Amino acid sequence: MDRRHFLTGSAAAAASLARPALAQGTATEISFFYPVAVGGAITRVIDGYAADFSRERPDIKVTPVYAGTYQETLVKVLTAHKSGTPPTLSVLLSTDMFTLIDEEAIVPLNGFVRTDADKAWLDDFYTGFMLNSQSGGQTWGIPFQRSTIVLYWNKDLFRQAGLDPEKAPASWAEHVAFAEKLTRRDAAGNVSQWGTQIPSTGFGYWMLQALAIEAGDVLANQEGDRTFFDKPGVTEALQYWVDLAQKHKVHAPGIVEWGTTPRDFLEGKTAMMWTTTGNLTNIRTNARFGFGVAMLPANKRRGSPTGGGNFHIARKASPTQQEAAFRFARWMTQPERAARWSIDTGYVGVSRAAYATQTMKDHVAGFPAAAVARDQLEFAVAELSTHENQRVTKALGDNIQAALTGSKAPDRALRDAQAEAERILRPYR
Amino acid sequence: MSDASFTPARRRPEIRFSPYEPRGFWRALEGVGAVILATLWVLPLLFAFWAAFHGAEYTTRLELGAPLTLENFRRAWDAAPFARYFLNTTVLVTLIFACQVVLGTLAAYAFARFDFPGRGTAFALVLVQLMIMPDVLIVENYRTMSRLGLVDTIPGIALPYIASAFGIFLLRQTFKTIPKELDDAARVEGASALQILLKIYVPLAKPIYIAYGLVSVSYHWNNFLWPLIVTNSVEARPLTVGLQVFAGGDQGVDWAVICAATLMTSAPLLVGFLLFQRQFVQSFMRAGIR
Amino acid sequence: MNSRLSAAVHGWLLLMPAMLLLVAFTHWPAVASFIESFSSTPRPRRPSRFVGVANYEQMLADPVFWQSLANNLWFALGTIPLAIGLALLMAIWVNDRIPGRTFARMAYFTPTILPMIAVANIWLFFYTPQYGLLEQVASGLGFASHNWLGSRETALAAVALVAVWKESGFFMIFYLAALQGISPTLAEAAALEGASRWTFFRRVQFPLLMPTTLFVLINAVINAFRTVDHIIVMTRGGPDNATSLLLFYIYQVGFNFWDTSYAAALTVVLLAMLAIAALVQYGWLERKVHYR
Repeated sequence: MDRRHFLTGSAAAAASLARPALAQGTATEISFFYPVAVGGAITRVIDGYAADFSRERPDIKVTPVYAGTYQETLVKVLTAHKSGTPPTLSVLLSTDMFTLIDEEAIVPLNGFVRTDADKAWLDDFYTGFMLNSQSGGQTWGIPFQRSTIVLYWNKDLFRQAGLDPEKAPASWAEHVAFAEKLTRRDAAGNVSQWGTQIPSTGFGYWMLQALAIEAGDVLANQEGDRTFFDKPGVTEALQYWVDLAQKHKVHAPGIVEWGTTPRDFLEGKTAMMWTTTGNLTNIRTNARFGFGVAMLPANKRRGSPTGGGNFHIARKASPTQQEAAFRFARWMTQPERAARWSIDTGYVGVSRAAYATQTMKDHVAGFPAAAVARDQLEFAVAELSTHENQRVTKALGDNIQAALTGSKAPDRALRDAQAEAERILRPYR
Repeated sequence: MSDASFTPARRRPEIRFSPYEPRGFWRALEGVGAVILATLWVLPLLFAFWAAFHGAEYTTRLELGAPLTLENFRRAWDAAPFARYFLNTTVLVTLIFACQVVLGTLAAYAFARFDFPGRGTAFALVLVQLMIMPDVLIVENYRTMSRLGLVDTIPGIALPYIASAFGIFLLRQTFKTIPKELDDAARVEGASALQILLKIYVPLAKPIYIAYGLVSVSYHWNNFLWPLIVTNSVEARPLTVGLQVFAGGDQGVDWAVICAATLMTSAPLLVGFLLFQRQFVQSFMRAGIR
Repeated sequence: MNSRLSAAVHGWLLLMPAMLLLVAFTHWPAVASFIESFSSTPRPRRPSRFVGVANYEQMLADPVFWQSLANNLWFALGTIPLAIGLALLMAIWVNDRIPGRTFARMAYFTPTILPMIAVANIWLFFYTPQYGLLEQVASGLGFASHNWLGSRETALAAVALVAVWKESGFFMIFYLAALQGISPTLAEAAALEGASRWTFFRRVQFPLLMPTTLFVLINAVINAFRTVDHIIVMTRGGPDNATSLLLFYIYQVGFNFWDTSYAAALTVVLLAMLAIAALVQYGWLERKVHYR
């Protein structure tokens, strides 16, 4: 039984009832919503962090709440915001920044950064991650579990297909050529193993963005009020994705689940997969075969969008609570802790200092795959993020799915997505 | 049916067999059909049992000799505060049913035995809820809860359901079958309306209360969308929402653990059903007869 | 006179608590949705204002709404007859003294008491391409692999099947109760007349089951518009809205996009659909049904 969670829960409930008469009276309470699901007892890890923090800062009490997927966490945080009592601190997709600003749900963080040490800490985050965390000269989010998309490959299956098990495809053409060799069919034409897999539920827009960057186009402007879904590079990207299944027949047809993709890879049902680096530790723990991790194959250039979640601080919280939340977020992103979090999950350590720690150096030395996502940051581009982000990404995601299921041609699907995004974003210009 | 003379009814007159009961080959065929369908029906559940009690490597490999394990249950139990979720759900279904019984009994008594102006209209208004249940009014009900400050509380989940048209209707039908003479006799002896309700109506309707209880508890144990919307924290989340939050991670699914968690959350109802199968079925039958 | 007044007072007093809550959480929200649907969604810098039928105009132009509506109608048309037909078949089977009857009755009824959210997870696994159970069986029998939830053609049918599986056993119970309530003398009389089993079913049992069918039908219609738990778990409306149902879309618009006024307008449409269903069933069908 998860007794600790149970007890902290009831203790928090009791404390909140007794708050006015609380004897010590000084402890600032903050609630913290987060969406990690790296498998295993991750809630324990976070609870442990919160307890450690409270030991260092007895004047602050953090109550962490695991809230499901990113999507579900955002729903929870914003509905709570609208009913008046949002969590003080939350980890949400960095791409929802504009939505959160528009709803006046979060505060800018510049006011909390006062000392030189604070400034040094803020400047040390990788620039690629800060692109989705700043707007209008203000910083709105603190990078926490950030990622890029990487390619995982199954070395055993590469060997069986007569490929060099140490060499990942470096270009789009090579990616297709490898995948053709890796796709296995029986006499009746039934496929027992696919060459490659790019998931298309939930984060389909993210995957398309990677392909689009490689084809030389970005999906939206930095202000988040204009999208470019109908640019030729984006069309080329979607066409390539569609062709993997429909022309080259090296990718499962139809929609591929985001959630089952790692399992497909672990089961050897696909020889390569594109997914977040946040899956690295899961794959490392569960793979019963040798696997490799590489940057995504290049077309005109290399590239991946950044991804993942930032800390955000609620506007509807008292200044003391906001300050406490900031201190906790700052504490959570200290180099040693960021390194530990990266090792435990596979997410990228968010700051340069994290990679300079001895722990991280040792880890990377023994497991070079851990550095791939970080190295890819050099080629990374800010993630698609707009006003009314949920709606815009749904319009794009739906149309990607329409193209992948063959009900629309890629160019038509992207034109439709662009028209819908235009309609949604016009009032924000 | 020419072979009516072979009916076993002759030998065992206490059981009346319908002449249309299938016999011989047809009986066997029907049995086979029924069992095949039944097997198909439990297959998903059997599959969940398989996955939950074997290591992840056997989830997709159905090898008979695979070792059994409780590891998946342990991991699921550790990964989320299921104990708290069980507690929340238990409190929730108890609260809902207790309130439903009190409100439903009073209202049903009024409809069954009191003649008051506006009764027909009021009854029609109650029946509206049979069609338009609170489940579809999520947006407005959320607004109400947030005004009342009940978001993220167990009463907040319960409140829209405690006045149940189904319960009122069911109890009204039952109360109407109770002879009015009993009522009158008690009145002559000076009993008040409330005493009559408690001493005569409620005891006589006991089987219906049990039936209603089973229906209500299994409905609210399983209810999902509204609790999902109105709860945020572990302290209020019922099992169904907890299960979804647990199973719906962004990081990839582990079927074995999810199946274990799924069985765990359904276990109380499932075990209850298997033990008291007959009562369950009869209760649902009673609750449905009008 | 006095006793009539006291009956009125007592009656209303007894009714009051239930009535207040019914009004607060069923009638008022229905009316409020209607009012709300004529104003704009309040945003931090743009307070709510009267916008006439703008939300309904937006709805007419919204392909996702039309798709959800069409999906919901197909979902209803697919699940309702199938669930009711299977329920009747199940009830007739377990009403007869056939071998394996107890097992069959238990198996049919079990899905009813399990949480939809839980069984949807199991079915999700069932449908998983390549190694889900369905795939393993299909490939064992030599059929080609299929991505059931991932293609537009099969996704809606796949989720509808889950609903049928979940509901049939529940409806079976009502048919079983009704079948057991039919007097055995009717069967004996029909047998004496030399009616075949089919004739007996068609001319005697089926008409006598009509009230049950109506009751089950109402429940099935409500469920077809009310249950979206499996959509949330299995597809989230995808691929490309192929499995988006009205209530799911309302949830999405209301709680993912926070466009509450548009969600209110969608709710009004859903309520209208339920009202039409009620009128058809109580008004038109009721007349065709034999009641005691």
